[in-house]
Amino acid sequence: MNLLRVEALSREFGGVRAVDDLSFDVTRGTVHSIIGPNGAGKTTLLNLLTGIYAPSGGRILFEDSDLTGRAPWEFAVAGVARTFQNLQVFFNMSALENVMVGRYRRERCSLGAALLRTAVLKRAERACREEAAELMRFVGLGAWLDARADAMPYGALKRLEIARALATQPRMLLLDEPAAGLNPAETLEIVGLIGKLSERGHTVVLVEHNMRLVMGVSDQVLVLDYGRKLAEGPGEEVRRDARVIEAYLGPADAGEPETVLH
Amino acid sequence: MIPWLASARTGGMMALVAAIALLPLALSNNYFYEVAILVGLNAIVCVGLNLLIGYAGQISLGHAGFFGLGAYGSAILTGRFGWPPLAALPVATLAVALLAYLIGRPILRLRGHYLAMATLGMGVIVSIVAATEDRWTGGPDGMPVPPLAILGATLAGERPWYWLVGALLAAAVWLSLNLIDSPTGRALRALSGSEVAAEVVGIDSARQKVQVFVISAVFAAIAGALTAHYSGFITPSKATFFHSIELVTMVVLGGMASTFGAVVGAAVLTTLPQLLTAFKEYEMVALGAIMMGTMIFMPKGLVPSLALLAAWCRPGRAPA
Repeated sequence: MNLLRVEALSREFGGVRAVDDLSFDVTRGTVHSIIGPNGAGKTTLLNLLTGIYAPSGGRILFEDSDLTGRAPWEFAVAGVARTFQNLQVFFNMSALENVMVGRYRRERCSLGAALLRTAVLKRAERACREEAAELMRFVGLGAWLDARADAMPYGALKRLEIARALATQPRMLLLDEPAAGLNPAETLEIVGLIGKLSERGHTVVLVEHNMRLVMGVSDQVLVLDYGRKLAEGPGEEVRRDARVIEAYLGPADAGEPETVLH
Repeated sequence: MIPWLASARTGGMMALVAAIALLPLALSNNYFYEVAILVGLNAIVCVGLNLLIGYAGQISLGHAGFFGLGAYGSAILTGRFGWPPLAALPVATLAVALLAYLIGRPILRLRGHYLAMATLGMGVIVSIVAATEDRWTGGPDGMPVPPLAILGATLAGERPWYWLVGALLAAAVWLSLNLIDSPTGRALRALSGSEVAAEVVGIDSARQKVQVFVISAVFAAIAGALTAHYSGFITPSKATFFHSIELVTMVVLGGMASTFGAVVGAAVLTTLPQLLTAFKEYEMVALGAIMMGTMIFMPKGLVPSLALLAAWCRPGRAPA
């Protein structure tokens, strides 16, 4: 059953079609990867799928509602959560508070309760703190429970964003290059974490340009090139597709296969 | 030390209450009381303004306008219409809240410093209206304001006012600390941390900003109305652009995103001019030099910088 349906989605920036007439479905409970060379429109697509950009054309259907043209917070309310390739961490807060912010839609209270700090709110805050801590442990940040966000290393911040996104209890989790900038050991941990998310039944949309990372964890792979769909299907099938190989490596003689294809 | 005592919330709150309770021991005459009351009233405005500037990351250059509207609203309702102050003050405050909502709602949907421009315009209009509509406001010369009467008993003299303002300041700080530590406050801090990340976890940034803008306007209006009733006289100077700048400066000097910083900033900038009268004609030069020095050497503001210094000096930790 389809969780997300993208129909003829387009986005232009001053005549450049960053995403061009793109249609695809994401099935509930699967890991759906979107790959493509740099500049293929992957991040633009994620920004469209979270309401940060409004599409120039096409529709975004999520569950039974049409989210086309809605604000980012409305996508979040519908159940879409994401992480960012270039970190968007709240550096003015503790790590735990970053995750607690993710529970905003569930914890938010009346202004009166917030100003007076009612007993009900205090209890809810304790529960929220506990659940945020649990999520931090789940993503492997158990050692950073008392840390300030601005004191954490890059690899930990990447996972902090995943914990924050999970705190919204999303129906679909979009990961924007979760391994970018990580060393091989950290990349393996992220791959393991994505596997754990998949086991828990999460629907994950994984945007990556590193095909090696994608192959092991994906149920479906969508290859973008110049904003268009180049190929779509199970990983092994896509990997052997001649057009995909050419888009990634250029014409047959110009390749450096080790860097991406393994 | 017991951990909760050391926390900014409880420890700071207790320190503030102790300071308010013990300060009268050092206030040897009515003039000192008067300065202390003005500090308290300015601090109430700054605690509200800090929620907007320090936590929501928005600048208002028109808070003296809200202050002035609260003051003139309560003054006109009591002085011209004979309303009891206890009715006039809430009505004036509600009117200011409504105005802030109407200004904030369209503006805060935009990103950037549009709010600064809009509030600047609003503040200028308020001070011009106050200076020209002399039938209602007494014009540039100002108008007398009836004293604050609570259930028939008139609040007169410096001491009762000191305790009233002290209690209200403590309440304002308490409400502000509660708000910052609530889901709403986390949402506000998230907005100044990363607006896009805040939005994608479901925070409606425009709604949150409007809400905190209205709260900060309400704090200013209440302080304005109280100031009018306390001094018994109100002039348009309290609603001018310069007073708005002064209020923003208090928040920045004390330390943005620090409730106690806002109180300290208000205290310093309200008392300094009184202390610097010794410099006679160089008073303004000395004031400017002190402020420049503070911002150069303590760019985070007084309270956050001093807290950092205290953390360094703690035994067992080498200075970084």
